[in-house]
Amino acid sequence: MTEPLLSVRNLRLDIPTGSGTLQAVRGIDFDLDRGETLCIVGESGSGKSLTSLALMRLLGKSIKRNADRMTFDGTELTTASNSQMRKLRGARMAMIFQEPMTSLNPAYTIGDQLAEALLLHRKVSRQQARDRAIELLEKVGITAAESRLSQYPHQLSGGLRQRVMIAMALMCEPELIIADEPTTALDVTIQAQILRLLHDLGREMNMAVILITHDLGVVARVADKVAVMYAGELVETGPVRDIFNAPSHPYTRGLLRCIPLPGKTDRGAKLGTIPGIVPSLVGEVEGCVFRTRCPHAVAECRGDIPKREDGSHAFRCIFPDGKRHSEKELTV
Amino acid sequence: MLQFILKRLGLAILVAFTVSFISFSLLFLSGDPAAALAGETASGEDIEALRRLYGFDRPMLVQYGDWLFSALRGDFGESYYFRLPVASLIADRLSVTMTLGVCGITFALLTAVPLGVVAAIRPNSIIDRIALFISVAGQAMPSFWFGLILIVVFAIQLGWLPPSGTDTWRHFILPTVVLGYYAMPAIMRLTRAGMLDVLNSDYIRTARAKGANETRVMFRHALRNAIIPVVSLAAVQMGFMLGGSIVVESIFALHGAGYLAWESIARNDLPTVQALILIFSMFYIVFTFLADVLNAWLDPRMRSS
Repeated sequence: MTEPLLSVRNLRLDIPTGSGTLQAVRGIDFDLDRGETLCIVGESGSGKSLTSLALMRLLGKSIKRNADRMTFDGTELTTASNSQMRKLRGARMAMIFQEPMTSLNPAYTIGDQLAEALLLHRKVSRQQARDRAIELLEKVGITAAESRLSQYPHQLSGGLRQRVMIAMALMCEPELIIADEPTTALDVTIQAQILRLLHDLGREMNMAVILITHDLGVVARVADKVAVMYAGELVETGPVRDIFNAPSHPYTRGLLRCIPLPGKTDRGAKLGTIPGIVPSLVGEVEGCVFRTRCPHAVAECRGDIPKREDGSHAFRCIFPDGKRHSEKELTV
Repeated sequence: MLQFILKRLGLAILVAFTVSFISFSLLFLSGDPAAALAGETASGEDIEALRRLYGFDRPMLVQYGDWLFSALRGDFGESYYFRLPVASLIADRLSVTMTLGVCGITFALLTAVPLGVVAAIRPNSIIDRIALFISVAGQAMPSFWFGLILIVVFAIQLGWLPPSGTDTWRHFILPTVVLGYYAMPAIMRLTRAGMLDVLNSDYIRTARAKGANETRVMFRHALRNAIIPVVSLAAVQMGFMLGGSIVVESIFALHGAGYLAWESIARNDLPTVQALILIFSMFYIVFTFLADVLNAWLDPRMRSS
């Protein structure tokens, strides 16, 4: 078996706070190959964004990172020097952020900012960088691309800015692209377009894509793999088909009941909710993090929770099948 | 951009006219200039004669128009006290004040901006604390006291620099430090606050995600945005330094325009005071205009507004 492009084992992120250490991310494992799309789903505050920033080594200094392994194409990211990281960032791994309105520098033109991404990493002329910028703006569906180069971010709409951000991330043809809720700040009408675009470009350029979202409808359409995150842990990971057809963790099932899925949700049936709130992660975190909201919780849930694996499908629950059959099944 | 500049220029000219009228009428209303000129023992006829001689008997608007029209040609009349053309009197003093002002603001910017940037890169570090101490000390020390201390140490004790006068460039070193240090704390703190704010912004993260190194992130991406409010502040301070450096000018016996203004007010030397107020206001207007243009160049969002 060939080495995956990105491989993460036991990633932990701790944030020291006044009232103790906040264990924001605990024991994340996943692998990603070229051309694959991994969707990380979960509630706000579950550690999705932190995880993606940790991969880029863009976390603030106050956050402590620990990992058994975090490799990108053979390079160990945890021990890479700052200059090694700079050579990777933007060139081989790129990131698209949640906030297109504030993620572009207001003082420079779109053209300058696009060209910068290429000029930082490749020995090309300004003209070549400009040509590449035009090419990519066209690729991300921006009309009159050439005239956009001299415009400033404040002259563009949110949707256009996010397209510019995508084009910027693609300037050096990265092997990995991380998109952190790229459509949250956009109009609903634009969201689908942007995600479709990202997915298609990933396929076309054989890029690995990590898409962070809480839109399960999107996940169903674009993901190869899904990682479900809850309160800093990956509670379930697996191929998209398994996650949607045979969700094993009670949280995943809860999430899926919260959204209407074509062909899976009965007409007129009530959509589900997950009662309760995410527990505090300050101080010791023991047992299953979901037990306070889980309908099947028993005393044993306070103890160690085994990671159950069946091929590429894995989940964390004390019940061998996550009590899948005791719940009213989703119509499959 | 050109449209923006023209608009601002038009506004600046409008402000200049308003200011000139206000300054003219303020002095006119401050008392009977003829009576003041004639002295306490003068008779009513003497005052009346003086009033006619200087044209104070004409309607105010006519006097204003007359004064403004001459002023535009560089003729500010004759000083009541020195019996010399005001224009040449001021020109002489202004070169001292301008040298001092330019040196002062340059000193302030060259110390405050780097210190503010360094303090913002490592907030709460030892460098940040030192910078804070320097700025608090600068704000707390009165200029006249700091000036005297510098004279005692560097001119009298060590004998390195002359204590007063304007003969050589070395005479300007101590006044520059005093005047610059007065303006420095505000600039430093604004730079620090601006940098801290900008460094937390999303586009700085974007720049890092592109693979830009820290130097590039700091200077190309952060400083340009953080410096915008500093430009406006520095312009106001520059105007203040040119008009209000009376304290520093007196300590170091630099006979500059600020000192002349103070003397002329005491002497009721109306034409000189009027001319100085007009010139000081023009400085403010010019510097504000330049700051606006510079800011518009730095921040494209301002060009459209």
